[in-house]
Amino acid sequence: MLKDQDRIFQNLYNDLGPDVASSQKRGDWINTKDLTSKGRDWIINEIKDSQLRGRGGAGFPTGLKWSFAPKEVGSRPHYLVINGDESEPGTCKDRDILRFEPHKLIEGCLIASYAVQAHVCYIYIRGEYFVDGQKLQAAIDEAYEKNLIGKNAAGTGWDLDIYIHYGAGAYICGEETALLESIEGKKGQPRLKPPFPALIGLYGCPTIINNVETIAVVPTILRRGGKWFASLGREKNTGTKIFCISGNVNNPCNVEEEMNIPLKELIEVHAGGVIGGWDNLQAVIPGGSSMPLIPKEKCETLTMDFDSLMAEKSGLGTAGVVVINKDQDIIKCMARIARFYKHESCGQCTPCREGSGWMWRMLERMAKGEASRDEIDMLGDVTNQIAGHTICAFGEGSSWPVQGLLRHFSKEIKSRNKFDPIIKEQKDIPYLVDQHLLDKNA
Amino acid sequence: MSLRRPAKNQPESFEFSPSSLEAANAIVSKYPKGKQQSSVMALLYIAQKQNNNWIPLAAMKYIGKFLDMPYIKVYEVATFYTMYNLAPVGKYFVQVCTTTPCMIRGAYKLVEACKEKISKNESELSRDKSCSWMEVECLGACVNAPMMQINDYYYEDLDKEKTLKILDKILNDETPKPGSYRGRVNNEPENNRKTLMDLKNA
Repeated sequence: MLKDQDRIFQNLYNDLGPDVASSQKRGDWINTKDLTSKGRDWIINEIKDSQLRGRGGAGFPTGLKWSFAPKEVGSRPHYLVINGDESEPGTCKDRDILRFEPHKLIEGCLIASYAVQAHVCYIYIRGEYFVDGQKLQAAIDEAYEKNLIGKNAAGTGWDLDIYIHYGAGAYICGEETALLESIEGKKGQPRLKPPFPALIGLYGCPTIINNVETIAVVPTILRRGGKWFASLGREKNTGTKIFCISGNVNNPCNVEEEMNIPLKELIEVHAGGVIGGWDNLQAVIPGGSSMPLIPKEKCETLTMDFDSLMAEKSGLGTAGVVVINKDQDIIKCMARIARFYKHESCGQCTPCREGSGWMWRMLERMAKGEASRDEIDMLGDVTNQIAGHTICAFGEGSSWPVQGLLRHFSKEIKSRNKFDPIIKEQKDIPYLVDQHLLDKNA
Repeated sequence: MSLRRPAKNQPESFEFSPSSLEAANAIVSKYPKGKQQSSVMALLYIAQKQNNNWIPLAAMKYIGKFLDMPYIKVYEVATFYTMYNLAPVGKYFVQVCTTTPCMIRGAYKLVEACKEKISKNESELSRDKSCSWMEVECLGACVNAPMMQINDYYYEDLDKEKTLKILDKILNDETPKPGSYRGRVNNEPENNRKTLMDLKNA
């Protein structure tokens, strides 16, 4: 288990209070000026050395992303945008950072803004987190009051303004270009990439977009050194991560742990075990609903990081671990996830708009045992026609969980759905209109 | 995609109250000059708050003029995002999360409770017109499942009985205490905390 002194989010459970004074006791805002005085290149190199990968799902190296920002500010200003549109089912880590560690985020915003030369930072928070957003706003106001942000922020000589922008219940706005559209006051439909936001982003200006957790760990990495962060976890999957363990466990919780922690340890030690014991485990969704599920046999030895989950054809995503035990109907669980994606599709690309609803309807029928056998193949076919054929990654996100179900539970689906429309004895098929054609005596 | 339609009975006109106007101007100043369209989402919230938790078409037209943007663009935004109510909802607006992590911990029991106490169908006003409920997608409090949101606040770690009690309270026009209903602190593992123990005991 990770040592307590290596945990970045000391106030994850709000033992100490989220205000500036208690944050300073935990080490925030202590020597921000010394960090920025070492220069942009030092900051970016230190983040590169730490091998920090984005915590929002895709796991893109953060240092590399920052280095994409133009070196010189041209006629267009640079922007920093923080993605706090946390809507992935199974994930609730950013909410705790907004509520309890706001100053880690604000200090991270200052350092990141300095590194990418932005004077304005927008924090995009999902509309449902209004109360938590108000807490962040209180922290921002406090930081302005203490001159930690604003003109000559924290004595660094850098001017920074931070504004909160609330979303309004659209999952797709967690996609970075949809988020930019949303800030611009349009409906959140993703843009084609390239051009990438680092060159043409918010209002057509260079924009760096990072997840809340990614930015909040930056000050600690710089203080303790990229090498310290890289010493945790394993090569290319370094550092600590907040895991959200939900579903059928005895003590669902958020916990910060080292990358590459065994899944079994996460569930048994921190979450108090599966309801009904480990043998009652059916499957685990390792990284939020868009990652394919993993059946019990593989959970025994699975370790939680980007690359080892990728090898299992799944992914770490946002590290929202949803545990499903044998009391649940796995097809129904996946049908509900498919309904989520059907509801949240932005409607821009046809394969996703039509396909997400199609998958949901088929899965609902399969859960009831009303689907025909060839529909199982058809479902697989539909997922393949969505993934990779859409503007944004939503296509993959909606079809991967279904593909995971087909990969690991096709036996279960087949045993439940034996209905075959070609079988001769079943003549009262409701949607076969030309039933008279089956009449052999005619 | 979700299908959303504006209400049939629409008020004739809409105008910001002085306090809303002040809030709206403060929002507009957050964005660069000429990019006032960015404030449309926040302004729709302000209109929704002023107008008993729903947005009439007149308000969208008003906001379009206010921000110097075409009415259709405001309409697009208002119909795209699901948190803008296009038809009247109750003074207490109950949203029950039923996405998988909540579902496998019994979210549909909460839906049953809503059906018993508020109205048989979702998005339907209760008999005294004070409440309405609906099923929503993930609200992002999965480790506190099952949960629901009433207006701005989260009610977590619920079961059917606790939900019935909360609904009784709002039907009596009282605001119940938000947060966890199993007495747990935030998102820590109940009675099983293994980390940051020094801080807990400090």
